[in-house]
Amino acid sequence: MTHTHTERPARATGGGASPGKDIDEAPLGASRAERLSALAQQHGALVTLLLVAIGASIGFDTFLTGDNLENMAVSSAFLAIVALGMTFVIITGGIDLSVGSLFALGGVLGAWGSQYGTLVALLLPLAVCGLIGLVNGLLIAKARLAPFIVTLAAMLAARGILLAITDEGSNTYLVDEKSFFASLGQEKLLGIGVPVWITVALFVVGAVMLRRSRFGQYVYAVGGNEDAAALMGAPVARTKIAVYTLSGLCAGLAGALNAAWLVSGVTILGTGMELEAISAVVIGGTLLTGGFGFISGSLVGVLLLKVIQNVINQIGSLDSAYQQVVSGAFLAVVVIAQTWLGRRRRMM
Amino acid sequence: MTELALKGAPVDRARLLRLLQDYGVYAGVAVLLLVNIALTPHFLSTENFRTQAVQVAPVLIVALGMALAIGSEGVDLSVGSVMALSTSLLSLYLGYGPWVALIVAMLGGAVIGLANGSLIAFIGVQPIVATLALMVAGRGIALVLLPQLKDVRDPGMSSLGSGDLFGIPYLVLIAAALALAVGFTVKRTTFGRQLLAIGDSRPAAQLAGLPVRRVLIVVYVIAGVLAAIAGVLATARLQASDPTSLGTLMELSAITAVVVGGTPLSGGRIRIGGTVAGAVLIQLLTATLIKHDLPPSWTQIAQAVVIVLAVYAARERGKR
Repeated sequence: MTHTHTERPARATGGGASPGKDIDEAPLGASRAERLSALAQQHGALVTLLLVAIGASIGFDTFLTGDNLENMAVSSAFLAIVALGMTFVIITGGIDLSVGSLFALGGVLGAWGSQYGTLVALLLPLAVCGLIGLVNGLLIAKARLAPFIVTLAAMLAARGILLAITDEGSNTYLVDEKSFFASLGQEKLLGIGVPVWITVALFVVGAVMLRRSRFGQYVYAVGGNEDAAALMGAPVARTKIAVYTLSGLCAGLAGALNAAWLVSGVTILGTGMELEAISAVVIGGTLLTGGFGFISGSLVGVLLLKVIQNVINQIGSLDSAYQQVVSGAFLAVVVIAQTWLGRRRRMM
Repeated sequence: MTELALKGAPVDRARLLRLLQDYGVYAGVAVLLLVNIALTPHFLSTENFRTQAVQVAPVLIVALGMALAIGSEGVDLSVGSVMALSTSLLSLYLGYGPWVALIVAMLGGAVIGLANGSLIAFIGVQPIVATLALMVAGRGIALVLLPQLKDVRDPGMSSLGSGDLFGIPYLVLIAAALALAVGFTVKRTTFGRQLLAIGDSRPAAQLAGLPVRRVLIVVYVIAGVLAAIAGVLATARLQASDPTSLGTLMELSAITAVVVGGTPLSGGRIRIGGTVAGAVLIQLLTATLIKHDLPPSWTQIAQAVVIVLAVYAARERGKR
């Protein structure tokens, strides 16, 4: 419950002028039921995460061990970075299905670039994936094409580029284990993996950007009501282009860091990752209709998915396919709950 | 020349664009056919046409359901997973005879479609999100039922996959029959009219007293059953059940076929003939690239470009 209190002031100030504040407004003159439904939407994922984690630590001796937690944290880190970019896109009312391919492409480019030094290994994936994100944004904002179809095409194209530069997927570039780039994935700082630190830093930056910057206000405004935002003078097209570029950058960076962690550019990664990222963002309380959402929720969503995955692995006898069933069911339940809560609020 | 074209520009350009949207796909198929006849060795053979037609059949069947979903201003992303589920169910129930297995597989597709439709019609979830959830869960269920690839050895199935009637493969006949049936439904039945009205404007359809929820549910059930049939046919052709890979990216191919065929993503209009041509176009494009020894990576990039171009061309109509 402490989270509830620490988060509210930040949200109230940040959401001050945005159309995404309808839920913040609720407690002002709101009935108790309404306040409860708003709370459920914001913190349902966190409560579920705590319950699942407590259950798992009671049920499995191996859950609360340092190794297991470290493993979960590092493997969550890459998905979390992808989900961070996805959160911005979804708040504008869009969707980015290309992130899985961009994640894989970023990894391959990072591993290939690592032979020319760490700078190339990081900048090359960022440049290429950022560029593909930019093209997505231009097609969506300027040519006004549907986001899901543009990013679906980008998903295909990025996978094609990946295959083209890896000899149709048969060539796996390796990262020198002694290089600085590899240490970005493998080293530990104060007992916690570097990717985890990077992720935390990015989330802090992302939250500040979304809550405190003019750009963040525009993101909410565009998602809340695009026409109204345009009338208010918000740069709608520029904001959209920016969020898709940001999503491409995040996916590319996550891929590069993952390659550093694995010390190779594995070509088959990232399939279905877009679904995981979207699930995490939605489970975290961000509305797919746009205009409402928060960064911390996406982090909770990622952790929840990874903890469930971990529990399913711990059970052992269960096949990993159950993970997909549970994720899908979870997504459906969350979406039903959100739609239902949203409708109740509108009616009251 | 240029001046002459510019003079009548406003009218002619709009008309040209409209013609391109409506008939561009047929022109595209014709061009690809001519190019291949001229350049590709052994293209003009019955054997080759047979192969192409058999390969396009499952994509086309899925695209028919997708056309209905898109016409209702929705989309069905779960079709690939429904194919996987249908292949799992088929090989699990094949012991009870091919007909039982076929019916169970189709029921599986109907159940997923019912879930999609209920989420969309009753709870009001966006189609893209509802079908995304079923896309994730559907493949999971398929893999839980059948964790790995399994050979399908059944005389009925193998004759379905490779047999023919008067020289036309069963797969092609089934796809053609389904295309005619769906085309008839869209053009000539009350259900088709209601579906298009809902796709045009859901609030208006609601005010006019149309059974919006029922129609939407039926649309997604049909899409699910068609995807399940495609899964059965693909299994019969491959003589194996592979829930891991069957139908992956099928939603993309199906959406492309529909959109390239001139059905706008904004709903209210369905072109079944165009969808058939769209599916053939993608198949021919892929075949052309493969036959000229271009690697799969280029095929993927080319498909991506075609999708974007088709959606870009279709966008003008939505704006008017």
